[in-house]
Amino acid sequence: MNEVPLTHILVLSTALFFIGMFGLFTRRNMITILMSVELILNSVNINFVAFNKYLFPEKLDGVFFVLFIIAIAAAEAALAIAIIINLYRNHQSIDVDDATEMKF
Amino acid sequence: MLTDFLLLMKQELLLVAIIFILVFIKLGSKERSNESLLNAINILLLINLIAGIFNSQTGTLFGDMFNTNQLFIFEKNILNFGVLIISLQSYDWLKKHKHLIEFYLLLLSALLGMFLMLSSNNLLMFYLALELSTIPIAALCNFDLEKRKSSEAAFKMIISSAFSSGLLLLGISFFYGTTGTLNFAEIPATLNGNALQIFSFVLLIAGFGFKISAVPFHLWTADVYEGSPISVTSFLSVISKGAVVFVLVSVLYKVFEPLSEYWYTILFLLSLLTMIIGNLFALRQQNMKRFLAFSSIAQVGFILIGISGQSLEGTASVVFFILIYILSNLAAFGVINLVSSKCDKESIGDYKGFYKSNPQLTWVLTIALFSLAGIPPTAGFFGKFFLLMAGAAKNNYLLITVAALNMVIALYYYLRVIKAMFMDANENPIEKIKIPFQPKLAMIICVAGIIILGIYSNCYQYIFSLIK
Repeated sequence: MNEVPLTHILVLSTALFFIGMFGLFTRRNMITILMSVELILNSVNINFVAFNKYLFPEKLDGVFFVLFIIAIAAAEAALAIAIIINLYRNHQSIDVDDATEMKF
Repeated sequence: MLTDFLLLMKQELLLVAIIFILVFIKLGSKERSNESLLNAINILLLINLIAGIFNSQTGTLFGDMFNTNQLFIFEKNILNFGVLIISLQSYDWLKKHKHLIEFYLLLLSALLGMFLMLSSNNLLMFYLALELSTIPIAALCNFDLEKRKSSEAAFKMIISSAFSSGLLLLGISFFYGTTGTLNFAEIPATLNGNALQIFSFVLLIAGFGFKISAVPFHLWTADVYEGSPISVTSFLSVISKGAVVFVLVSVLYKVFEPLSEYWYTILFLLSLLTMIIGNLFALRQQNMKRFLAFSSIAQVGFILIGISGQSLEGTASVVFFILIYILSNLAAFGVINLVSSKCDKESIGDYKGFYKSNPQLTWVLTIALFSLAGIPPTAGFFGKFFLLMAGAAKNNYLLITVAALNMVIALYYYLRVIKAMFMDANENPIEKIKIPFQPKLAMIICVAGIIILGIYSNCYQYIFSLIK
């Protein structure tokens, strides 16, 4: 049986992390920025599960951590969307370029 | 067994009890006036503070997930005290606000998160507590619901804190990969300083850096501070920053002790950058809140010097400085809060001629700014002095010299505000402000604290005795 080596999974998760980071810095739509943050958190989830399965199969720390990250990401997304809705009411837009009242 | 549990988690359980009482008041149908509610909440917070001081025990709970010792209890009392002062100061603003109970629910949940973060003994627990202490604050930033700036600040806060916790999590995941454990007690033995561990350690420091707004992770600070309501700004700048600094000290000293040569270099660079950039940006600010935001960034640079000392003096001086910093910054924010809620003026230019109309408030602000600048009779001098002394133990005189030079630059911009208040004429000055009882009490406590801690030095010795 040829198993997928750990490095492949780490490459995947690192790529996902940087795709998320790229989206966070380049996207102008707030919802898309939020999605990029979720990508970052999911890449970390892949890391945890992979480490747990390949390196420490006798323990469950990594898997537990993933469960908590998923729950907190949901809470964070809920709050962020509430804030974006309120921002839309004030600014009539969810483009970050329109919410630039404060600079330097 | 049960009494052990109750006593060990006393401070956390008390906060939870207050949160539940507030939820029930909110759900109840009886109409209560904002004034009576505020007074009741302030009394509850006072009881919470007093009960936290007496009869505390030390030990661990939940299979080593939660631990507490005398130093943590003292730090939690400092945070409790700061929240009480903030609550007294926001009386005037909250009196007219229709979501008063939600404000306290979020504020106290964030405080609960900070307590758990201080006591955490496991990276999972630490991460959960960190999120509990940041997510409610992002909601609080949006508390002036109809103001454009407030929602912009909240969005910046939630995205930057989510990104920083992403970095922190990546660091934790690599730590887990290299060490195989999340428990603070087991990590030091497994640290060997290989490249992946150093990388994940840098990510972890970046996560911390975001929360204490050390340069180069400070970009969200000024905007969030300016946009949020002033009570939230003062909470962010003293309580949230203080709590994360406390945690940073204990984590660096206990858990990452084997990597100390690496983190000394990191702290050295961070504190140089933080002091210089914080001060240079503070020079050109016109808005009071942005001005205090950059001044608080510069203060973090000094705190990092104290931490880099890596000794008992390091811990003691940092805790002592945070106590003084809470007093001085809250005194300054108290005045700004009153002026903003009564006259809606926030720029430094508006404070010209402030002494003519409001001599008392001017003196409070002056003493607070002197203490922040570190001028001798006030407590701020000793706070900075102990920090620099702890840092000097490493014989790195470049860092100490730069810090001393930065104190001179800082003095310039603090004095600029004081000069505007005392000497400059203004055709349209801030009118005479009637100070309500609660904010007045808070200011008296802060000013008395600044002066007493400046003269009476037993507090430092007391903190030192707690660590041993």
